[in-house]
Amino acid sequence: MDGTITLAVGRPTAGHGASVVLSNIEKRFDSVGAVRGVTLDIRSGEFLTLLGPSGSGKTTTLLMIAGFETPTVGDIAIDGNSVVALPPHRRNIGMVFQNYALFPHMTVAENIGFPLKQRGVDRATRARLVAESLELVRLPGYQSRYPRQLSGGQQQRVALARAIVFRPRLLLMDEPLGALDKQLRESLQLEMRRLHAELGITFIYVTHDQAEALTMSDRVAVMNEGLIAQIGTPEDLYDRPCDRFVASFIGESNFMQGVVRGLEDGMVVADCGDATVRAIGGRIATVGETVTLATRPERLGFADTPQCATRQNRMAGTIAETVFAGEHCRYLCHCAGGVSIVLKEPSSATVRRRVVGESVELAWSIADTVVV
Amino acid sequence: MATVAIAPVRLPRVSWQRIGPILLVLPLALYMLAFYLVPLASMLLRSLAEPSWTLDNYRRLAADSVFLEVFWTTLRTACVVTLGTILLGYPVALALSRLRRGAATMVLIVVLLPFWTSVLVRSYAWMVLLGRHGVINELLIGVGLIGAPLRLLNTSFAVHIAMIHILLPYMILPIASVLRQIDGALPRAAAGLGAPPWRVFLHVVLPLSLPGVAAGSLLVFVLSLGFYITPALVGGPRDLMLSMLIAQQVDLLNWPYAACLSAALLAVTLLLIAAFQRLPGMRDLLRTATR
Repeated sequence: MDGTITLAVGRPTAGHGASVVLSNIEKRFDSVGAVRGVTLDIRSGEFLTLLGPSGSGKTTTLLMIAGFETPTVGDIAIDGNSVVALPPHRRNIGMVFQNYALFPHMTVAENIGFPLKQRGVDRATRARLVAESLELVRLPGYQSRYPRQLSGGQQQRVALARAIVFRPRLLLMDEPLGALDKQLRESLQLEMRRLHAELGITFIYVTHDQAEALTMSDRVAVMNEGLIAQIGTPEDLYDRPCDRFVASFIGESNFMQGVVRGLEDGMVVADCGDATVRAIGGRIATVGETVTLATRPERLGFADTPQCATRQNRMAGTIAETVFAGEHCRYLCHCAGGVSIVLKEPSSATVRRRVVGESVELAWSIADTVVV
Repeated sequence: MATVAIAPVRLPRVSWQRIGPILLVLPLALYMLAFYLVPLASMLLRSLAEPSWTLDNYRRLAADSVFLEVFWTTLRTACVVTLGTILLGYPVALALSRLRRGAATMVLIVVLLPFWTSVLVRSYAWMVLLGRHGVINELLIGVGLIGAPLRLLNTSFAVHIAMIHILLPYMILPIASVLRQIDGALPRAAAGLGAPPWRVFLHVVLPLSLPGVAAGSLLVFVLSLGFYITPALVGGPRDLMLSMLIAQQVDLLNWPYAACLSAALLAVTLLLIAAFQRLPGMRDLLRTATR
């Protein structure tokens, strides 16, 4: 399939994606920095997600790659060539917008054929490629419909087909699933992954939804206040968040203040209230320093259960609140020194539910504790 | 124990919620009835009933060469003026939709400025500009481009130029309003898909703005059909428009014929509005306008 399209569009596609290098790019609007120095090396064929809250600069970064914004400082190179001076229509990048941006006065076929028409592809080839890409997004036979006759999910598929029909080597997506309901979003997430695997091109995806980012991406760059807070695989970010922002933005975290008492075999030993907590990984700490330790609610357990027997971090507390949420039970525990800890325990008929006021001992592994 | 029957609460027959809006428009409705619909009906009646019940007036119309020529002049003038306002107005509307807020307000004020001056004054202004010893002729002679003054005033050219000037805002405002409503992501998407700026305009912005052009054209065309003062002041003897012919007939106290001409003008206008509403995209435009 790649071969025929290469021929039709007259561009090398070879089934591999473009590499993108952002070198210390900044964007200031009226001297307010929306992006304040982002350096990013996106590999060929990678699915990279820019994740962050609104105003973190993720969309501005994407728009600079697409060419709709010009960086105030810094350089953007695609496949080693600087593109900063190129207007958007000469960058050959596919883009999917949050609100689909389908042309309302054109049919589905005309919408998808639009980028081909701009590239001088003849009518017959256009019709064939449109049909192929509709096949790819699982909407065969929708050529003559108008966008307003389609559901939100269908419109998004058409937008996707339009962005890939001309075989760009880079596809940018700006919160493409933001306007859809949860179920549709989840099925389209899987579809995006399938498309990514099938096309072999580079995807850069922008979202504020951390679950979406973790589900789909090879790597996630977490952005905050115009900077990249951390970049890594979903596992990296979840298990080893580098700071408090990342730890709380991705998933849920318990934070404990502690004073570093010592360092043993690469472990940090800290006093948190009357408990001694050991942590591995995270940032480097010095003895006597006050640090924040983080751990995930579902990595905690009750010390009196068999699976917690070997967990070395312990803390005593009292159950203050219990919430049954179906697949798990959620407990809020008040511990000594005013520390509140949230614990998630998978629900099961064999697990005894704790009651409010009960004294418990919490246990978790050293490996699940990070210094942030 | 006796059972107590509780009668259901009777709702008032007229609810104020429903009747309130009707009461609000009632004064205007009565005004329109008394001062617009009744005279209109009496005029139409006159065209049919004087001197006796007859269609003679209309038969005369079809054979009247003066009427046919005036009718043609009127339609031609309306077409030229509509085209002129599109050509001059579209770029301004485009600029209005793209400028920053402050600059757009400035342009809007300039566009609306003519509205604050009466048509009569503006027509006289054109007489001053276009006259034999007017500003334009004096200037051209002064520069040495021409030897003798050009005949500018009392020509079709003068009628067109003055009417375009007066009617321009009616074209600019609907187009600008439609252009502003176009989702900014659409031109962006087009550029991202490989369309250079001129193609983005031609294939995306222009087609999406056509409902605005149609709305502006209808306004300008219909207003042009009934223009009176301007063609009377700056036009020549050959630029007789339908409204002027009607006024002439009224002066001659030829009421039935004048009524007949008015009916013809009304019919053309109504036909145009009916055709306009059938254009694709118009329904959506009307819907957004009333939202």
